[in-house]
Amino acid sequence: MERLLSFESDHLRATELRLGLPGSDKPSVRPKNNKRASSEISQESKSNSCASNAGNDDERDSAPPAKVQVVGWPPIRSYRKNTLQVQAKTSESELCRGMYVKVSMDGAPYLRKIDLKVYTCYPELLNALENMFQLTIGKYSEREGYNGSDYAPTYEDKDGDWMLVGDVPWGMFITTCKRLRIMRGSEAKGLACV
Amino acid sequence: MRQDLTVQQMSEDDDRSPPLDLRCGAAPSINRARNCSGEAVSGSGSSTSSSIPASVPVTVTEYQSQYPDQVLEIVLENVLQFLTSRRDRNAASLVCKSWWRAEALTRSELFIGNCYAVSPDRARGRFRRVRSVVLKGKPRFADFNLMPPDWGAHFGPWVCVLANAYPWLEKVYLKRMSITDDDLALLAESFSGFKELTLVCCEGFGTCGLAFIASKCRQLRVLDLIETEVTDDEVDWISLFPEGETCLESLIFDCVDCAINFEALEKLVARSPFLRKLRLNRHVSIRQLYRLMVRAPQLTHLGTGKYGPSEVAQRQGDTEPDYIAAFAACKSLVCLSGFREITPDYLSAIYPVCANLTSLNFSYATITADQLKPVICNCHKLQIFWVGVPCVIDYQCFEEIWVLKLILAVIMQALDSICDEGLQAVAATCKELRELRVFPMNAQEDVEGPVSEVGLQAISEGCRKLQSILYFCQRMTNAAVIAMSSNCLELEVFRLCIMGRHRPDHATGEPMDEGFGAIVRNCRKLTRLAVSGLLTDRAFGYIGKYGKLIRTLSVAFAGDSDMGLKYVLEGCPKLQKLEIRDSPFGDAALRSGLHHYYNMRFLWMSSCRLTRQGCQEIAQAMPRLVVEVIRSDDEEETDNYVETLYMYRSLEGPRHDAPKFVTILR
Repeated sequence: MERLLSFESDHLRATELRLGLPGSDKPSVRPKNNKRASSEISQESKSNSCASNAGNDDERDSAPPAKVQVVGWPPIRSYRKNTLQVQAKTSESELCRGMYVKVSMDGAPYLRKIDLKVYTCYPELLNALENMFQLTIGKYSEREGYNGSDYAPTYEDKDGDWMLVGDVPWGMFITTCKRLRIMRGSEAKGLACV
Repeated sequence: MRQDLTVQQMSEDDDRSPPLDLRCGAAPSINRARNCSGEAVSGSGSSTSSSIPASVPVTVTEYQSQYPDQVLEIVLENVLQFLTSRRDRNAASLVCKSWWRAEALTRSELFIGNCYAVSPDRARGRFRRVRSVVLKGKPRFADFNLMPPDWGAHFGPWVCVLANAYPWLEKVYLKRMSITDDDLALLAESFSGFKELTLVCCEGFGTCGLAFIASKCRQLRVLDLIETEVTDDEVDWISLFPEGETCLESLIFDCVDCAINFEALEKLVARSPFLRKLRLNRHVSIRQLYRLMVRAPQLTHLGTGKYGPSEVAQRQGDTEPDYIAAFAACKSLVCLSGFREITPDYLSAIYPVCANLTSLNFSYATITADQLKPVICNCHKLQIFWVGVPCVIDYQCFEEIWVLKLILAVIMQALDSICDEGLQAVAATCKELRELRVFPMNAQEDVEGPVSEVGLQAISEGCRKLQSILYFCQRMTNAAVIAMSSNCLELEVFRLCIMGRHRPDHATGEPMDEGFGAIVRNCRKLTRLAVSGLLTDRAFGYIGKYGKLIRTLSVAFAGDSDMGLKYVLEGCPKLQKLEIRDSPFGDAALRSGLHHYYNMRFLWMSSCRLTRQGCQEIAQAMPRLVVEVIRSDDEEETDNYVETLYMYRSLEGPRHDAPKFVTILR
């Protein structure tokens, strides 16, 4: 197993595509009179680098300084950085992470979880639920809910209320749904009447 | 310029006119007639058009035998009231004693570029009738975490003195100052006619302080908070504005990152008929923005909040408001900004206003070039444009999958040109562009950036009236910079930040010396310059030789030896602000500026090659210079090298509020 891993990592390194400038890793690109200033290194070793560079004008790094971030560089105000970070996080979390919600079914011993992002409309979701729990849910009608089936899918919204799945547009549903519960048809009748 | 700055050396005894206080005591009616005190004169500043009332000449003749020069003084004071530029006023005050006095009496806007250069008492002692104060505190590099917190620049001592000295004060503008809630409370209580508060890059207070301002400043016209840190004290400051019609003309609070009471804000906007500028924070959704816009179609400057729906689900049946109509109704809109957390679908709503826009700030909007282009193509009148360039996709999740990496590499090459494409669209349409700022969305060094020399070249060819540019990029060529230098001859501000440190011209491998050299040589109006990339002493030679009008110079990771700094200090006579970091300049270079430091506002040098002795020499040679050696908060002084030198001219000597990590050398 280890051999495989090391082979893979070698393989990866060999095929690694760095997205820097062509030749930016190679010291030969740099002109000869490149005398570095003092601290290239992070804040912790600032004083060390000052002293060591003082008498060593020919010091040249063999590779560009690694991904250590230098304090205050590039010169962007933290206000701007923070604002963009907040935005990046929210959009990242929306794009990358799934929208997993718990699904409980009356009578089942344990809960399941599904990713709502995977589906684009109600029929897909209901189909998935039917497959997962081996049951039939039937057709949704505005007037009668899921009348005619043993089970009715319900969900808890952001306000904590239990709603019937299908009443609101899909887009609104996935942003407000916190968890799902598949109710027995007999219990669900109450909801449909409201 | 005079080397001697001491006020005391100007002698009080003067044959031509009696001392000021005696004259004031003897002829109070004259003073009242021609002064610019609060009630008598409407409007602001020294540009009042109050004429001398008829009674004055009569009064003057009574005293004519005693003070023959009094007429001259009165005339002078009235003429000087029309002089608004502080540089002109400084010059006028140097003519002779009576001009100095007259100028001091009539200066209504006090500008203090370094709050430690002069004490509040001294300022108050000279200028008796100030209506507006501008105060600047920390040096600019403090914005980039190069200075430990609590360094200073406290507004407290100033507001105390101002409260006593100028009860008629109307305007306060603070930049990089440290302000407390108590300071704001004192300000709100002390000035009954207070009209304008502008805080730029300040910190130290919260919504509590804002509450004082909102509730007590009944004449408030302007409350502008720009890139200022405001802590959330959970105070509903918006609802504390006075009931009834307000005088509000400008309300800018996009940096106040706290939830606000939207209903109160809506009511405030509804009862502010003079409101022209409104910039919201990200807690205001686009739906709420709509409600505000329909109440304030007279707006000229609008900063949207979150340019997308809020997280709260809308009620079923609620239709989307007609955003396009709302924007179309704002016929006076010339400045748009905000667009945080943008949902690009809504971008088309702003099309109706594009043709009138002179200023557009998209620097917080994460949009693609394709989403930008339809907007920009209509902005023919645009003069100011700020844009953030989206970063490349974070591909770390694909690390193991090298095939995908390969595909991404291809895509990113394409992205490179797409984002330059956005700038090309700007260059094609915005012929009136004066100011351009291109920020990176992903501020790291090693990420491949989507703008390059192609974008810069395009801008230089398309926007010939460009006066100011701030351009972040990963790579650059001398050719593109040279092209800009010969195409954009109106340039006054050229700030190029090649984010990779020591990066040479990526096409030729040469240093960026020739590019910056061309800028200083060709752009005859250049007053501000920021350099980057691989630079040798030669670049500084050019700056010293040609940069005769440069007032502000920013240097980072550049130069080879002391000669670089010497060229600049010896060659640039107008240099006022010099900030340097991580460059190999040492004591000898520092010494070469002795003839000039009194003419400068400040010098900042961090992580260079200065020793304590070297800085000490300067401190001893120049008594009117405050030489601060700043070390990192937690580090003790270990070796001989000075981590940060910050020195500035001052009439007051070493300040008394220096924290322990600051050593003032003498």
